[in-house]
Amino acid sequence: MSPETKPDFLINPEGLRIDGRRTDEMRPIELKVGVLKQADGSASIRQGNTYILAAVYGPRELHPRHLTINDRAYLRCVYRMMTFSVPDRKRPAPSRREREISMVIANALKPALFLQDYPRAVVDVFIQVVQADGGTRCAAINAASLALADAGIPMKTLVPAVAVGKAEGKLLVDLGDEEDKYGGGDVPMAMLGTTGDITLLQQDGSFAKEELMEAMGMGVTAMKYILELQKEALKSAYTKKVAVEGEELDEYEDDLETDLGEAEIAGEEDE
Amino acid sequence: MTVYFKKREVVVPGELLAEGRYRSSMGTYDEEGKIYSALAGLAELRGNTVKVVPLEGVYIPSEGDLVIGTITRVAGNNWKVDITGPYGASLHANNALRRPYDDDISRYFDIGDVIAAEITAFDRNSGPFLTLKGRELGLLTEGMLLDLSPAKIPRVIGRSGSMINMIKDKLRIEAVVAQNGKIWVRAPDAPTLDLAIKAFKMIEAQAHTSKLTERVGAMLDQELAEIKEKAPKTIEVESEEEVESPVEAEPPEEEPVPVVEEKIAEEITTPPTEEPTEPAASEEEPAPAEEATAAEDNDDKTEEVIEE
Repeated sequence: MSPETKPDFLINPEGLRIDGRRTDEMRPIELKVGVLKQADGSASIRQGNTYILAAVYGPRELHPRHLTINDRAYLRCVYRMMTFSVPDRKRPAPSRREREISMVIANALKPALFLQDYPRAVVDVFIQVVQADGGTRCAAINAASLALADAGIPMKTLVPAVAVGKAEGKLLVDLGDEEDKYGGGDVPMAMLGTTGDITLLQQDGSFAKEELMEAMGMGVTAMKYILELQKEALKSAYTKKVAVEGEELDEYEDDLETDLGEAEIAGEEDE
Repeated sequence: MTVYFKKREVVVPGELLAEGRYRSSMGTYDEEGKIYSALAGLAELRGNTVKVVPLEGVYIPSEGDLVIGTITRVAGNNWKVDITGPYGASLHANNALRRPYDDDISRYFDIGDVIAAEITAFDRNSGPFLTLKGRELGLLTEGMLLDLSPAKIPRVIGRSGSMINMIKDKLRIEAVVAQNGKIWVRAPDAPTLDLAIKAFKMIEAQAHTSKLTERVGAMLDQELAEIKEKAPKTIEVESEEEVESPVEAEPPEEEPVPVVEEKIAEEITTPPTEEPTEPAASEEEPAPAEEATAAEDNDDKTEEVIEE
């Protein structure tokens, strides 16, 4: 990226944004599931020029021990930016901003997870921003929720996230870096896919009440779209994994049901 | 009363699976009469019970499971055992040794030893706890240890042991399949071992396809024929001796690994030489542990102690 200069306008006279998008148009999103071999679950997201990797490990034994929660698993999120992810070299020490974003991501994901299934254990979510171009915390949530599903962590739903901002008096969905820097405000949000409960809502800049409500409406629409992309990415990754052979598709009378659940179910039916 | 998925469809967390008088089972959750998937996996309907079979996942202990673990620490009269997954198990000396035993229990099993054990207790607050009392349980020596995904283990076992018994019969190997994804294999020679590994890997890779038992069987037959061509002598000698054993062995009886005490008593009274080849072989398994643990003890006496 070249040295930063403030653009002359964020919205051109035709009403298009700096990268040619309409105000309610998102950047192209590419989601991939299972991109890392070592992790129990992983996903990557490319949203415009933002590129993020998320890896999930666990549930596994929690160290250090004193963090143990007796009735549920501990969700440990670590959001980090690579040194080359931003125009100026990012100093490698964890910054205050990274720690804050780690926390808000954990809080955004937590309501979707059945952490009570794994008392005393830990679920680790490592998020690496490879390339930052605005909207990293939301993109990180999108990827992390897919990585969690890929790791087989029981969860209520996937969690889509998006940021809605303001520039030159207009509300914009999915801010790019320049719109974020030189615009008038930014509202990142995340929601539970099934219920629509908002699990992340932050704001910088100033918004009138009406503006905020409208921004959230736009955000919810965008998140529903992202949710569909997430489902699709996960399904296509798993359909590949299952690798069904065409001719055998209609013959189910075999022993897939020999798994653990069967005995338990049969027993209950007898009662 | 509506079901929203096709049989064995890939579903994702939060996907609505069924509505109405259906029951939620593993991998799903119920919210106001609607059943949603909690996992990414394959949806199944059995009777009126909906479940999702996971494709991934770590090992979560459950009472009665057979596990294979590595001893990581000797603490007083407990061994700490790594059985993979988030929960480390412990094995108390009383559940492994015959009294009296030495104060220094590392004499019997030490760090790095691999054991086959059964989980006796596990709940949200404590455990898992292990025991070595039972057939096929004890120290594993020789052989080879194979790591598979715990989610695929039910397929390796097959319906009431069909898959694993088929492999054991065809290859004449000894194997212990543990619920935590570990498989211990002892084969008479290297080609057979390679073939066994190939079979297990094949099951893991194709765990969610139909007619797997038949295909694995066909693959083994073919490969066995090839081995036979290369070295006809060794195979013939073995098959002559053991030709009848698959018939006598009664596979279904062999599979459920946690065995009641009676059975152990029976087997101790009958000389192992008279048994059909396969059970006899698997019986030899716990023997090293017994030798080590109770060298001086007389068999009958110690059996009583254990039952107390």
